[in-house]
Amino acid sequence: MPSSIRFLLNADEVSLTDVSPTETLLDYLRLRKRLTGSKEGCAEGDCGACTVLVGRLVDGALVYESVNACIRFMGSLSGTHVVTVEYLASANGALHPIQQAMVDQHGSQCGFCTPGFVMSLYGLWLSHENPGRSEIERALQGNLCRCTGYEPIVKAALEVTASRPSALFDPLEKARTEIMAKLWGMQVTERIEIEKDGKRLLVPASLSDLTEILAENPGATIVAGSTDVGLWVTKQMRDINPVIFINHLAELQAVSVSGTDIRIGAGVTYSRAMDVLAAHIPGLTPLMWRIGGEQVRNMGTIGGNIANGSPIGDTPPPLIALGATLHLRSRDGGARSLPLEDYFIAYGKQAREPGEFVEAVTVPSPDAETHFAVYKISKRRDEDISALCGAFLLRLGETGLVETARIAFGGMAATPKRAKAVEAALVGKPWTMETVEAARAAFNTDYQPLTDWRATAEYRQLTAKNLLTRFYLETIGEPQELKRFAAGEA
Amino acid sequence: MDSKAENLNALDIRGPMHRTLRHDSAHKHVSGTAEYIDDMPEPAGLLHGALGLSDRAHADILSMDLSAVAAYPGVVAVLTGKDVPGENDVSPSGKHDEPLLAETRVEFHGQPIFAVIAETRDAARRAARLARIDYRDLPFWTDIDGALANGAPVVTDGMTLSRGDAKTALDKAPRRLKGQMRIGGQEHFYLESHIALAIPGEDEDVTVWSSTQHPSEVQHMVGHVLGIASNAVTVNTRRMGGGFGGKETQGNQFAALAALAAKKLKRAVKFRPDRDEDMTATGKRHDFLVSYDVGFDDEGRIEAVDATYAARCGYSADLSGPVTDRALFHADSSYFYPHVHLTSKPLKTHTVSNTAFRGFGGPQGMVGGERIIEEIAYALGKDPLEIRKANFYGPKGSGRDVTPYHQQVEDNIIARIVDELEASSDYQERRRAILAFNRENRVIRKGIALTPVKFGISFTMTAFNQAGALVHVYSDGSIHLNHGGTEMGQGLYTKVAQVLADAFQVDIDRVKITATTTAKVPNTSATAASSGTDLNGAAAFDAARQIKTRLVAFAAERWNVAPESIRFAPNRVEIGNKETIPFPDFIRLAYFARVQLSAAGFYKTPKIHWDRAAGRGTPFYYFAYGASVSEVSIDTLTGEYMVDRADILHDVGKSLNPAIDIGQVEGAFVQGMGWLTTEELWWDNKGRLRTHAPSTYKIPLASDRPKIFNTRLAEWSENVEATIGKSKAVGEPPFMLAISVLEALSMAVASVADYRICPRLDAPATPERVLMAVERLKKERG
Repeated sequence: MPSSIRFLLNADEVSLTDVSPTETLLDYLRLRKRLTGSKEGCAEGDCGACTVLVGRLVDGALVYESVNACIRFMGSLSGTHVVTVEYLASANGALHPIQQAMVDQHGSQCGFCTPGFVMSLYGLWLSHENPGRSEIERALQGNLCRCTGYEPIVKAALEVTASRPSALFDPLEKARTEIMAKLWGMQVTERIEIEKDGKRLLVPASLSDLTEILAENPGATIVAGSTDVGLWVTKQMRDINPVIFINHLAELQAVSVSGTDIRIGAGVTYSRAMDVLAAHIPGLTPLMWRIGGEQVRNMGTIGGNIANGSPIGDTPPPLIALGATLHLRSRDGGARSLPLEDYFIAYGKQAREPGEFVEAVTVPSPDAETHFAVYKISKRRDEDISALCGAFLLRLGETGLVETARIAFGGMAATPKRAKAVEAALVGKPWTMETVEAARAAFNTDYQPLTDWRATAEYRQLTAKNLLTRFYLETIGEPQELKRFAAGEA
Repeated sequence: MDSKAENLNALDIRGPMHRTLRHDSAHKHVSGTAEYIDDMPEPAGLLHGALGLSDRAHADILSMDLSAVAAYPGVVAVLTGKDVPGENDVSPSGKHDEPLLAETRVEFHGQPIFAVIAETRDAARRAARLARIDYRDLPFWTDIDGALANGAPVVTDGMTLSRGDAKTALDKAPRRLKGQMRIGGQEHFYLESHIALAIPGEDEDVTVWSSTQHPSEVQHMVGHVLGIASNAVTVNTRRMGGGFGGKETQGNQFAALAALAAKKLKRAVKFRPDRDEDMTATGKRHDFLVSYDVGFDDEGRIEAVDATYAARCGYSADLSGPVTDRALFHADSSYFYPHVHLTSKPLKTHTVSNTAFRGFGGPQGMVGGERIIEEIAYALGKDPLEIRKANFYGPKGSGRDVTPYHQQVEDNIIARIVDELEASSDYQERRRAILAFNRENRVIRKGIALTPVKFGISFTMTAFNQAGALVHVYSDGSIHLNHGGTEMGQGLYTKVAQVLADAFQVDIDRVKITATTTAKVPNTSATAASSGTDLNGAAAFDAARQIKTRLVAFAAERWNVAPESIRFAPNRVEIGNKETIPFPDFIRLAYFARVQLSAAGFYKTPKIHWDRAAGRGTPFYYFAYGASVSEVSIDTLTGEYMVDRADILHDVGKSLNPAIDIGQVEGAFVQGMGWLTTEELWWDNKGRLRTHAPSTYKIPLASDRPKIFNTRLAEWSENVEATIGKSKAVGEPPFMLAISVLEALSMAVASVADYRICPRLDAPATPERVLMAVERLKKERG
């Protein structure tokens, strides 16, 4: 059995046989390799000081994405190319154009966050020909700087991407073909199983292999993007064992569109789902850009966001409002499907049987006549966790009365939950401000939110009601200014 | 630069004063090669420490069972207060109120009780969770309201500033208003958490690398805890990954623990708390409750102010005395109060001890002062800017130039700054457009505000206003620079190197910047109070002056010329018109002539004195000024907002390095904006801080900064005092420029009641507070 994790680290091929299922990439870089350019700022994927690029083969192309090394597990790196800040400057010490621009624009002060910023900008540089301010700000949503106020960093990014010195200076552009060939040879073709200090990690060879592993290890933790499980380890110091890594499984990476249905594999990251969702459900786009930072969107998956059952996950409310179907699979039970809203039973309890895993979600895209919007409310607009998140889907009948209303909220109950009383107060009524005003009270029936550090119960309830008003105003075409908030446009 | 390539006709050096120059470590920052303490090669046998923290807010410790901690694989030692050979105390105030490790009583949730030392950091962290501690709970309160309700003691004596007869003037004033304002605290969120590495030496010696703004205090504190003299302790600090005041005193505990363990175990020990522990166990900016009473006339001119500033100080004094003092020193913002009475209440709470943070109480003082202006403006239906202008300090000798602490404001330029900014930002036209916009839009509302800054420069503890530097010129003409200031990103090292390059007239590449160490410059003050460049730049200049004086004497004798004819020209020395000698060659000649090429420089700030008991004196050498205009939009359905534009005009005197100064101004503004908007500290009913990581504590992102952001320095300004290069301090003053964001939000809220009710928007103005203020105004307008 080829029980080693094989990947490229900068210019070197690595084959690891002694790795625990919860060893993070950042600890590996800093402690084992003494590559100390990547910093630990938070160990929870929120500050970006540890940002590195991970290159992987996606549909035959080599794609580099920024990720948080602090919550990325070593077991998830098979067949990838890990690129750290140490790789950017050339051997003679000449800085990469991005680094030089940061120097020229005074983009660093204390310097601790700087390698992370450089790597996030490098990811942007590799993926965008000529990004504007919006793209730059999005690429930097996952990077905190406490010194500069960001102005010189954005200036550096604008300067370097506009002038874009020759690709010949770029260590990755130069060696693309060679790197791809190496990565091809490192893809997982047989199950990887490594035990260290009594803890096991498993990397299935295929989807059917995953069903076998899960049947044999029903208590195993499945890890796709590790943007949640990573924190169980770094913050709660939980022992999770065994761990199954699924982020490489091609079968879970598929996105297919058939008719109005979009089927998204459980391993599809937010970033990879962005284009198809934007094309078919434009109302989702503003929310997608507000999930985590770029690094989290590059790691985290929609499947994981559903599977972990959080009451404040960003995607369940809109997917429930859209009427999404969840697909589960196990070796013994085969495939089954259920309405997504039925998956969330209670806080910490989901309709997932032992040995079962989330395989995909199918999202029906609304037709042109259907109004759909989702609003995320948080203290900080970007890279924050919802205080509440409300999704509204509404169809009017020929008579102008409300025919269908599907409303779902996160942050208002112990699970993502439909507002059925509000829906009932709308259906069959004319779509007017009077109807909306009358329906507001029904929120009190649907939800009894809590007070915590993100918001008080009063604010949550009031804002949920006001979001219905906002939705109404948008459907009648006023006021346009609101869009600027929802879209997070620069 | 290669010295052999030096041009003997160069007109200027690289890196003189008053010229933009990149940060000395910029190329290392971007390539990941700048070394922070956790990046240093680790000594053989290094051990790692982790803290065992209290999970009670206030309780007696009845018993501690640490056997499971000690038994965890990899654990080498478990230390408690009983293991401290000297004083179990790290209080910087000298009040002996901050145990290194709590022994009998805990006074906040998250207080360190024991330390685990293990072979790996992971083992230490895991073991630290295995303690079994029995407590007897005691009553506790975590906030100002709780402190006031429980008759809480103060952690240190409050202060009163008084001038004139406020009580009588308030009674007589044509109009009078009272109110309260709540101002939240702030986590520093330096990107590099606290860290200390200690290596034991022979005898009592120990060397500590500490991420600290105050190496001398760490040195003294390590000696105090270990019961050894300061001369046995060496503390080194090359750079911090951010400080902002959070590393002025708060690093003491980690350094002391590392040193304690290192001496006990005779091995190197590193302490690096993770983000959550750092945020839980180290202090923050003080929250305040400001209660104000203002009397004014129909034009909005203030006749008297009486205000009380109550602060959440946490469980011990730390720096709460001087912080609350500084709040009072800035309660006047930029305004003359004819009669004034100000009192501070540094209240004890069962929370981590609050500490220094950029502005040091000044921002809270000023926010309170600006709230008073808003109250007057909304009461009179006027633009707050009009009220501001009516109340600015007048020119020297105008009779409106004396502060509540009886210092005369001699360098007032606030009127010019505000006038220029008002014009350059097109304030009046934009305000008109916003008023029109708000009439047309029912959901989105806009606001605009122009607020001033006047900030007093100097430590109010007069003794701290001293600094030293050590400069060596080696016989090859290269220069070694050391001083007592620390580098936390603010560019101090770069600026002081510019001072030295300028003094010797050599390219800055010839100046080697070296890590701050207590072994080279003793008895230094914290790099704080914005004073780093003023103090250390002047000390380095003094060292250069001494060496140059010796060099001139040498040259005058050797070439038999008048000393006045010796000139330090760019990278060369001109001996009258006899000879021009490259700097390194000249130095070599001086060396062979046995000239002492090393000097210890010293500086102390002149003029200042302060009598706290009398509330009278000249605590500040000078003032730094500035102003900003912010424009915002709010959503009146959700309270969400964005900052559409900010324009800043700021006074740094004659800038030593415009790029670095602008970086300080922009960075301070955004940090201040975070304090007043999205950064909220939240304690639960167990006294536990629940916002202890970036997932829950939200500092600004790139996408939060103003969409249009114009920052300019007042290029015409020069310090009237004899500071280095006529420059002014820049670290803290621009932080308070962000008050215009809070006031612009306030105006947008006020629009829902036609600007007739003061929104009394408290800070931080989270979307929730904005929405709730909107709701309140809708109700009050009827």
